[in-house]
Amino acid sequence: MLRPVLERLGSLTIVMAGVSLLTYGLIFLTPGDPAYTILHEQRGSPPSDAEVEAFRAEHGLDEPFAVQYLSWLTDVLRGDLGTAYTRSESVNVLLVQHLPNTVELALAAMAVSLALAVPVGVVSAVHRDSWIDRTSQLVALLGVSMPNFWLGYLLILLVALSLGLTPTSGSGTLAHLVLPAITLGTGLAAIVTRLVRTSMLEVLDAAYVDTARSKGVRERLVVYKHALRNALIPVVTIVGLQFGFVLSGAVIVEVVFQRPGLGTLLVDAVFARDYPVVQGVVLLTAVAFVLTNQLVDLAYVALDPRIEGGERT
Amino acid sequence: MSERHARPSNADGPSSTVRAWVREHTSSTLARVGWTNSSVRFGGGLVCLLAIIAVVGPVLTPYDPTAQALDARLQGPSLAHPLGTDALGRDVATRLVYGARVSLALAVVATALRVVVGTTIGLLAGYLGGLVDAALMRLVDIQLAFPGLVLALVIAGVLGPSLRNVLIALSVVGWASYARVVRGNVLAVKDRPFVEAARLYGTPGRRIARRHLLPSVLNPVVVLATMNLGTIVLTAAGLSFLGLGAQPPTPEWGTMIAGGRDYLRSAPWLVTAPGVAIMLTVIGFNVLGDGLRDVLDPDHLEERDRGRS
Repeated sequence: MLRPVLERLGSLTIVMAGVSLLTYGLIFLTPGDPAYTILHEQRGSPPSDAEVEAFRAEHGLDEPFAVQYLSWLTDVLRGDLGTAYTRSESVNVLLVQHLPNTVELALAAMAVSLALAVPVGVVSAVHRDSWIDRTSQLVALLGVSMPNFWLGYLLILLVALSLGLTPTSGSGTLAHLVLPAITLGTGLAAIVTRLVRTSMLEVLDAAYVDTARSKGVRERLVVYKHALRNALIPVVTIVGLQFGFVLSGAVIVEVVFQRPGLGTLLVDAVFARDYPVVQGVVLLTAVAFVLTNQLVDLAYVALDPRIEGGERT
Repeated sequence: MSERHARPSNADGPSSTVRAWVREHTSSTLARVGWTNSSVRFGGGLVCLLAIIAVVGPVLTPYDPTAQALDARLQGPSLAHPLGTDALGRDVATRLVYGARVSLALAVVATALRVVVGTTIGLLAGYLGGLVDAALMRLVDIQLAFPGLVLALVIAGVLGPSLRNVLIALSVVGWASYARVVRGNVLAVKDRPFVEAARLYGTPGRRIARRHLLPSVLNPVVVLATMNLGTIVLTAAGLSFLGLGAQPPTPEWGTMIAGGRDYLRSAPWLVTAPGVAIMLTVIGFNVLGDGLRDVLDPDHLEERDRGRS
């Protein structure tokens, strides 16, 4: 019982070490000398040698890579992500300011997707190959094939500009959340609908459903009590695994709706070459992503008694 | 070892294998089963149509995709300009056609790079096993630890906004799922009698990998790659939309949407038209991928697409 846990922790540590190395190493992809490029970007004019030298010394960029990385990592492990280049705030503060908006959007999008996908998926499975099933599969295909930023602008055009029902951009109230949540939730809903349908079809074929039917349990009860509960187990876990998809989508959706969140923070920092902020956001999303995946794996084991704590590949 | 084998294996290796695969499969799978599958027909047809438009379209349109015509700014759809003109008076339909070249070429090249890197790593990990396997699979885990778009965004941004850098970023982030699939398939066949026999005959490892292992992983890789093409079109358009990819005045669909957003109310076609183009392309690849999966990979392999990139 202890061995798989230790093995998992071991490989998790290696992955985290690799993630941190990659996150820190990213800035060295900068063409030319990072200090020069960063200063050039910030001022809009070429900096003098003395300025570059001073910037390097201030941010420890004159040290060898290993020294820089280790001192950054030590600070990170102490919970200090450094100070932004372009403003005087600490990265920690910036993350704390921007995180809630992104979490709010991600949760709202997941709620939208489940609210759409579960009923549609179930009805599709129960009425397999009917016109309802075909239509919902077609809509799901459109949903996964649509660029979410495009859908965002269509919704802005239709709901916000033409009908005037919601604000076009910003954040703060529930009205601000509606369009971004639908935009981000649609792609996810399309994926989840297919999952619910497949999972439901599998369960409806299972022996215990036949048993329930042959005992004379009403069809409605068979579908909603016996089948749906079991069909949702894989769905729950896979929705969890889509967390990365939601985070990726949130970046673009936040830009479309000009919502201050981790996505807009990241995009602005990338363009301004504000590397401590970039590293902070990347590290935070990667850690959140890895931990969610681990939790989902655990939840899967907990929900489904047939699975032992073995390794899934 | 004969002289034939001393040749750089990359030059003749994959191509001869691919040729053998095509010879074997075009007669049986694709022609007989594949073309009877309606998804393959529809998706394949749509993709072919778009490819033809990308290749011939520029010859058919009378306009230049980048030349400005300020007297014809923001015109609505008309006979002369079926999809209207943009803020600089350029014909939107012409720019869409040129944009198809950018999107399709980028998707194909990025997918090819992912396939080569991922397949090589998966083959090595699965065939060599042991420490190599453990090390390579941790590398896969590390890559999959980042939400795809976030990593691609940062790599492209740090390298500097350009199409070439988006291509690099998209290739760096997507190879891991191929490595996983290939490794899984190699593990499944490497102890089968025909591989065992080849090994007993003293066949060199490289040749075993090429002649015996690679063909068995081709089907799942082809399916994954087709599905991937659509995702890459979406991601590349997203990155260009954010300003990281193609730079103006290059006609690119994501960039066109970004340029049209200021005219959402007055000239909605500027945003709608490129969006429809992206969507049609992605639908083509997705439907084709679904169909190919039904034909080539009946077990479906339950590859759970963690964090689509």
